[in-house]
Amino acid sequence: MHNLYSTVASVLSPASPYAADIGRLFWITFWISMVILVAVSAFVIFNLIRYRDRGQEGLPPQTHGNMVVEVTWTAIPLAILVVLFVLTMQTMAAVSPSSHPKADPVNLDVIAHQWWWEFRYPGSDVVTANELHIPVGTPIHIELTSADVIHDFWVPELGRKMDAVPGHPNTMLIQADKPGVYLGACAEYCGAGHAWMRIRVIAQTESDYQNWLKAQAQPHPAPKTSLQAVGMGLFNGLTCSSCHVVKGSGQPEGHVVGPDLTHLADRQTLAAGVVPNTPAELKKWLADPHSIKPGVYMPNLHLTSQQLDALVAYLEEQP
Amino acid sequence: MRQEPIAPHALPFPPLTRGWGWLAWFSTTDHKKIGILYMVTSLFFFGVGGIEALLIRIQLAAPDGKVLTPQEYDAIFTMHGTTMIFLVVMPIFIGLANYLVPLMIGARDVAFPRLNALGYWVFVLGGIVLYLALFTGSLANAGWFSYAPLSEAAYSSRPGVDYWIVGLIETGVGTIAAAVNLLATIVRYRAPGMTWRRMPLFVWMMMITSLIILYALTPLNAGLIMLLGDRLLHMHFFRANVSGGSAILWQHIFWFFGHPEVYIMALPAFGIMSEVVPVFSRKPIFGYTFVAGSGIAIGLLSFAVWVHHMFAVGLSTPMNAAFSAASMLIAVPTGVKIFNWSTTMFRGRLRMTSSMYFAAAMIIQFVIGGITGVMFASVPIDWQLTDSYFVVAHMHYVLFGGSMFGLWAGVYYWFPKITGRMMSERLGRWHFWLAVIGFNMTFFVQHILGLLGMPRRVYTYPGLPDYAALNLISTIGAFILGIAVLLFLWNLVSSFRHGEEAGDNPWDAWTLEWATTSPPPEHNFEKLPPVRSARPLFDLNHPEYADHARSSREAKA
Repeated sequence: MHNLYSTVASVLSPASPYAADIGRLFWITFWISMVILVAVSAFVIFNLIRYRDRGQEGLPPQTHGNMVVEVTWTAIPLAILVVLFVLTMQTMAAVSPSSHPKADPVNLDVIAHQWWWEFRYPGSDVVTANELHIPVGTPIHIELTSADVIHDFWVPELGRKMDAVPGHPNTMLIQADKPGVYLGACAEYCGAGHAWMRIRVIAQTESDYQNWLKAQAQPHPAPKTSLQAVGMGLFNGLTCSSCHVVKGSGQPEGHVVGPDLTHLADRQTLAAGVVPNTPAELKKWLADPHSIKPGVYMPNLHLTSQQLDALVAYLEEQP
Repeated sequence: MRQEPIAPHALPFPPLTRGWGWLAWFSTTDHKKIGILYMVTSLFFFGVGGIEALLIRIQLAAPDGKVLTPQEYDAIFTMHGTTMIFLVVMPIFIGLANYLVPLMIGARDVAFPRLNALGYWVFVLGGIVLYLALFTGSLANAGWFSYAPLSEAAYSSRPGVDYWIVGLIETGVGTIAAAVNLLATIVRYRAPGMTWRRMPLFVWMMMITSLIILYALTPLNAGLIMLLGDRLLHMHFFRANVSGGSAILWQHIFWFFGHPEVYIMALPAFGIMSEVVPVFSRKPIFGYTFVAGSGIAIGLLSFAVWVHHMFAVGLSTPMNAAFSAASMLIAVPTGVKIFNWSTTMFRGRLRMTSSMYFAAAMIIQFVIGGITGVMFASVPIDWQLTDSYFVVAHMHYVLFGGSMFGLWAGVYYWFPKITGRMMSERLGRWHFWLAVIGFNMTFFVQHILGLLGMPRRVYTYPGLPDYAALNLISTIGAFILGIAVLLFLWNLVSSFRHGEEAGDNPWDAWTLEWATTSPPPEHNFEKLPPVRSARPLFDLNHPEYADHARSSREAKA
């Protein structure tokens, strides 16, 4: 668990048909570019060596230009760009939601917040934060919006990035070919917490995903120990529940301000990817959120150690 | 060797500012002094922006950097971008043009000397206001393009962004004044005989740049006033969720300025290249008409590509496709310039001065920035790479590897004219190699970071070995580049004091600025040679090969 980030999320290791399409276009463009770069650089360096002034008499030939040459080096790049534009249009179509039928019931709502992600799984009332579960092998249509400023959803191995713009809902496609954890991040600068607005997509087989969804649809486990019962009381009695939802805590579910904490124990990280989700880290987080994620809107409630232990016991309760 | 007298109507006599000692710098309306003021001011801000760049790189040298808080980091990258663009690259080129354009076209001063002074001082005021925000304890921190609604009062409630807006409005007014002035000067005060096709290419590029400034800076200032209205008067141009407000509108306005701005910062460097490369190749520019014409094409197309900054916003497919095509198209005239410069060198007699070294490196580095630019014109590639470190690398290859190296070529070339002394070639060579190594080390690896999924504008990053290693390389490169810049500054100072005497025309160059003394007198010229081609001094020195007699020579042969 302590190695939250073991591999980079590379554009060049696509794990979906869409990322693969874009990757292919990138490599085509890259190799054409390399030919141009090598040709121009070689020509410049050749000139620098071959035509260096060695103190010869007189003037070099005073050539002023050549129409044929000019037209040629205008036309060839133009032709290359026409090809590239056609490929661009094809790839755009291939990775756009309009060219892929919607696979019911997987149609996700992604709502970006300063500085965390809210994932809503329609067809159920399951809500997670910062960690997105998807079934493999099927196109996932994402409805992307923002609750405040502009953010950007980017999981490089699974597809394109797209801005989450307030007042301008967007749709995009991702897909995972194989089960696994795919890392991403907010790509549009959105304020102090931008660096820690990371995304973790957990791709599962269809049956694993359905089991996970069923388990998530259950309320948060009821307190089994007295410490957990105290924790639930604190969650409701302090101001926690005015921002956070824990289904089954008995509080009415209101306006979303902070992440839904139902089944928190299921998640891998805290604070959108800063630290692993362990009881010890959660305790540190509750004791002083700003030391872990500077700028975060969560206030420091100056809880006592006993209060912290009780809250941690309740929130991290396993089903 | 006939010397024609200057036609009096072409040369407004500048008001003389004698005496007053150093105070004269405050009251001067001499285009050369104002040019120097612009350049010295820009060099000062280059130091400020450079220190900000190094702070960014120190913070990112290793994962979990603790040197800066996120709020400080955000303010520093915002001010780094703003400073380098509005207070360094743009004004340093305007300063160089202020100094050189009247000399290159054989004029005594600019068309509106007092407007020129006003433009400079308003620009200085803008620079001061941008940094005055420090005294409120909150520098602007919404990024150099200050996207709404992050830049709105609801999310940036401290006054830093207000200072940023007012400062930019002021620098914008100054820049617009300078552009009007350059345009009027070029159109009205060219020496007798200097037709459009005989105008030095630097002057051509500054004319196109000035036109772009007029049409790009004005919408920016309008947008800035709207944003200020949102922030201070509770208007709602860009506030989403308030009736009629649109966050995307800000992006359209900003990038309608923002992309032409790239060419405002690139075309002057193209102009410098088109002067430096021929002189040190001892050949005329290959394809004069195409170099000038491609500049016009770039100027026009620069207003039709702005949406490529917004491909990830989620605009319609036809919109993305149209701007993708236009953005690819702009690579063609840019490529034409690259080919013409490198072919100018072909079969030349290359004098490898420091200026020429920088020009050669500029060509190759600018090609790298250009091809990654084509990648961003391809919508799906942009969807992966925009807002990642790949775009940071791309833009620095264009603006540092391209514009800044081009500027350095120009500084080594024209310093003797401006000061009367040569710059040290030995220091110049050290400056060059350290700059090439430092620059490429800093920014090349950032392409890879972007491909590996590192977003831009993050104050820290997860402790992955790849990220840590590449960022450390980048930081070391930045310090090497910093040393190169210090050597450059030292070269400026020491050469100004002790450099070899330059004489009127140390490079045996061909345009009119070399026909007067170094530095030129206040009234610029005693006499002008006749202008019968784009290389009047070449014609004067080589009557048997004179450019203007070319067609008759070819007819005889």
